[in-house]
Amino acid sequence: MTLTVEERKAENKALIDEVLKAYPEKTSKKRAKHLGTFEEGKPDCGVKSNIKSLPGVMTIRGCAYAGSKGVVWGPIKDMIHISHGPVGCGQYSWASRRNYYIGTTGVDTFGTMQFTSDFQEKDIVFGGDKKLDKIIDEIEQLFPLNKGISIQSECPIGLIGDDIEAVSKKKSKELGGKTIVPVRCEGFRGVSQSLGHHIANDQIRDWVFDKTDPNKHAFESTPYDVSIIGDYNIGGDAWSSRILLEEMGLRVIAQWSGDGTIAELENTPKAKLNLLHCYRSMNYISRHMEEKYGIPWVEYNFFGPTQVEKSLREIASHFDDTIKANAEKVIDKYKGLMQAVIDKYKPRLEGKKVMLFVGGLRPRHVIGAYEDLGMEVVGTGYEFGHGDDYQRTTHYVKDGTLIYDDVTGYEFEKFVEKVQPDLVGSGIKEKYVFQKMGVPFRQMHSWDYSGPYHGYDGFAIFARDMDMAINSPVWGLAKSPFGA
Amino acid sequence: MPQTADKVLDHEMLFREPEYTEMLAKKRAEFEYRVPLEDLQKTIEWTKTWDYREKNFAREALTVNPAKACQPLGAVFAAVGFARTLPFVHGSQGCVAYYRSHFSRHFKEPTSAVSSSMTEDAAVFGGLNNMIDGLANSYKLYEPDMIAVSTTCMAEVIGDDLNAFIKTSKEKGSLPAEFDVPFAHTPAFVGSHITGYDNALLGVLKHFWDGKADTVPALVREPNESINFIGGFDGNVVGNIAEIRRILDAFGVDYTVLCDPSEVWNTPTDGEFRMYDGGTTKAEVQRALHAKATIVFQEFSCEKTAKYIAEKGQEVVLLNSPIGVAGTDKFLQAISRLTGKPVPPSLIKERGRVVDALADSQAHLHGKKFALYGDPDLMLGMTGFLLELGAEPVHVLSTNGGNDWAERVTALLASSPFGQGGKAWAKKDLWHLRSLLLTEPVDFLIGNTYGKYLERDAGVPLVRMGFPIFDRHHHHRFPTWGYDGALRVLVALLDEYFEQLDASTIKTSVTDFSYDIIR
Repeated sequence: MTLTVEERKAENKALIDEVLKAYPEKTSKKRAKHLGTFEEGKPDCGVKSNIKSLPGVMTIRGCAYAGSKGVVWGPIKDMIHISHGPVGCGQYSWASRRNYYIGTTGVDTFGTMQFTSDFQEKDIVFGGDKKLDKIIDEIEQLFPLNKGISIQSECPIGLIGDDIEAVSKKKSKELGGKTIVPVRCEGFRGVSQSLGHHIANDQIRDWVFDKTDPNKHAFESTPYDVSIIGDYNIGGDAWSSRILLEEMGLRVIAQWSGDGTIAELENTPKAKLNLLHCYRSMNYISRHMEEKYGIPWVEYNFFGPTQVEKSLREIASHFDDTIKANAEKVIDKYKGLMQAVIDKYKPRLEGKKVMLFVGGLRPRHVIGAYEDLGMEVVGTGYEFGHGDDYQRTTHYVKDGTLIYDDVTGYEFEKFVEKVQPDLVGSGIKEKYVFQKMGVPFRQMHSWDYSGPYHGYDGFAIFARDMDMAINSPVWGLAKSPFGA
Repeated sequence: MPQTADKVLDHEMLFREPEYTEMLAKKRAEFEYRVPLEDLQKTIEWTKTWDYREKNFAREALTVNPAKACQPLGAVFAAVGFARTLPFVHGSQGCVAYYRSHFSRHFKEPTSAVSSSMTEDAAVFGGLNNMIDGLANSYKLYEPDMIAVSTTCMAEVIGDDLNAFIKTSKEKGSLPAEFDVPFAHTPAFVGSHITGYDNALLGVLKHFWDGKADTVPALVREPNESINFIGGFDGNVVGNIAEIRRILDAFGVDYTVLCDPSEVWNTPTDGEFRMYDGGTTKAEVQRALHAKATIVFQEFSCEKTAKYIAEKGQEVVLLNSPIGVAGTDKFLQAISRLTGKPVPPSLIKERGRVVDALADSQAHLHGKKFALYGDPDLMLGMTGFLLELGAEPVHVLSTNGGNDWAERVTALLASSPFGQGGKAWAKKDLWHLRSLLLTEPVDFLIGNTYGKYLERDAGVPLVRMGFPIFDRHHHHRFPTWGYDGALRVLVALLDEYFEQLDASTIKTSVTDFSYDIIR
């Protein structure tokens, strides 16, 4: 049954009204502002965002620590990131984001390790600064090849009045100017991961850029130097992106922050253009580099051939004719592969409906990749998006798309139950809820342990994964043949 | 261009293609400013030495790769074990996202829990309003029979008073006055996840037995012949509780399992999402007070709870996650002694079958050296089983085990000729264990998923046991307890042994004379 756009809008409205009835009145009024339907021609999606989650509703969101340690800082591979506070935060975020990197873990790289100050009661009572001081000494002794240390604050740090900035300065001085970065990303700050991204960006600005001699590294610039900003190399995403940029003749001098090193961060102000993938988590530092160093930045989208092609041209437009010609060559080179992938999978996926709920850039960025396969995204929402994300979303979604900001467990379940999509793309907490309901599902944070999904090589994997989720024979078994 | 539509290359193989290896080598050479390979190699070798080990063990402040989580995780585990109970964690919301993810990655199941989503203003003014609104929202939206409240470190640092907050919430009409809201303070900076399990379980028992926070008269114990069973925090809870029930049913005993998440973490895929399923009911909790005795299967996971139950007048039998024949014998003897019922012939026959299996296979594990790490009780149980197999536990390590635990392990090792070369390591982490494995190597390692990094660094094969297991599926569905559990664990040890033997002998015309078809 295909609905007209108007019918779909009416259905969405009825559905939202029904869902809101389940809440206490006060909560219902607040949640109503986060739920809506996209109206073609409007400048945004008509929902409020970046507002505190309501207590007790089962928000999917995380915290500022997750945004800083988990997202921005954690992947910088040759630094040691201390989860400063009790043991849990570092434990639950230990190696769970699949930020791939090359290195000898525990010796010259530390990405999949959990360094913690493991706060005890006495640390809460007497403060943790002395312990932190000692921890840095122990790190220097046991991990001498580390290139820097970041201190990722957990909730208690900001509550007990520790001065991690003073400790960082002192230790940096003692250690000959070593990069030691205090990050005030306590989990209670802000309303979601998002403030953690912002704080993490600001600390790179203040404690890396502003404290590093710009000539620290011998570095010869070229006119084609670019950085990849906001790609966390999940399942190798930054690698399958980098390869295309290099093929078109650009020189990628830094990856932020998947498979990144502190040296790459330090050299980024020498780039000619910053390429920004995850706008939400790294627009702050991109804007800063534009203001301070005059580096322009451009947003791009490497999900699915249509968007990759568009992005390659957009990136090339900032360079000379050689690069523009190269971009066309790269596009041509992969045309055959992309056609073969589409020919193989589109017939199996055409017309399938998708509902998304993810973070960062994905609630809009992946829509094109689904459309390349003939699929349709009928509902989407951001875990921690802001108004500017919802504005950008208007370029991707169709008239009548259901929009849900900071969706609650209850709402998401009811929406899926009613809309009956053929696929849900969200996170680990949601995965099994929908699979129990017999709805095919892919994790769209971790790529469900697959990936990369970026670039041309990644699209082949994306298409294959969506096909195997939707067309798995297992869904045919969910209903038993024995009657009720 | 390595990728094709016919045979899609995954990350596993894609990045080994020359296009990528060359690209990454260039990235390293031109942009990463890494230390010279020579220095790297020297440092790698140094980390394997006794010198490094000594420095590593001299650590006083830094923890690296610990094998423990924080209290509230255990509190959520405990809450999940009660019927139609919603775990409600008072504090920052990110914590709850972490607990839910952590459990879902292990059990491959949904885990429903809510947060009171405290932010900066709550840090200043306290989280009372978050509690009031949070309880009202979760009560209306998720229709639980009970809401079990615990805390994150944020709420503990600012000193929120759960008892008072819950009372006020009820006065403000968030929920009916008689609605059950047991609670426990579970500061993350004290103990570990097993402490949180203990506190949360104690919170539930106290609520129902001691007069629901002074709102009704305390229950008066009227002893009967039933017994209670408490499992403790356990990664194999789905398989284990089912096995324990099977054993108790075979005895024909009147029993109550206090805290049973084995159904809600094992729901079918049949078109319906069950947010709640199974679990210990409120009526069962109340009647458990009258039991003759309680068997606590994991002493270190239930220290306060065990003491409390004993104070109520029940006999409390404390076990340490018994695994294997002798351990299970002890469990069955306890049941038999407490209930006066003989061990049923069906279980005696089962026992004989496990002994048969051990006899068939013992030669392959005899004298093999093991390192093992995990929660304190699991370590005692597994050490016991290894000794029973004639295997040699060499390094027994627990991040959340204290000196009292180490003494128990030491005594256990001393009781067997196979334990003479073994040592207990209390309050140590997996970076300590790395040094142990590199300086005093063993044949096999037993531990959770994070042990795979040790498998890589020290070249010691990992047998996965404990929590969490993220990178292998469905282990949690099978028991490690009871005679059936012994068999499962035996097979896991043997499989790893045989896999290693085959891998070591597989090279054609070099080693494959030993690549035997019969083992």
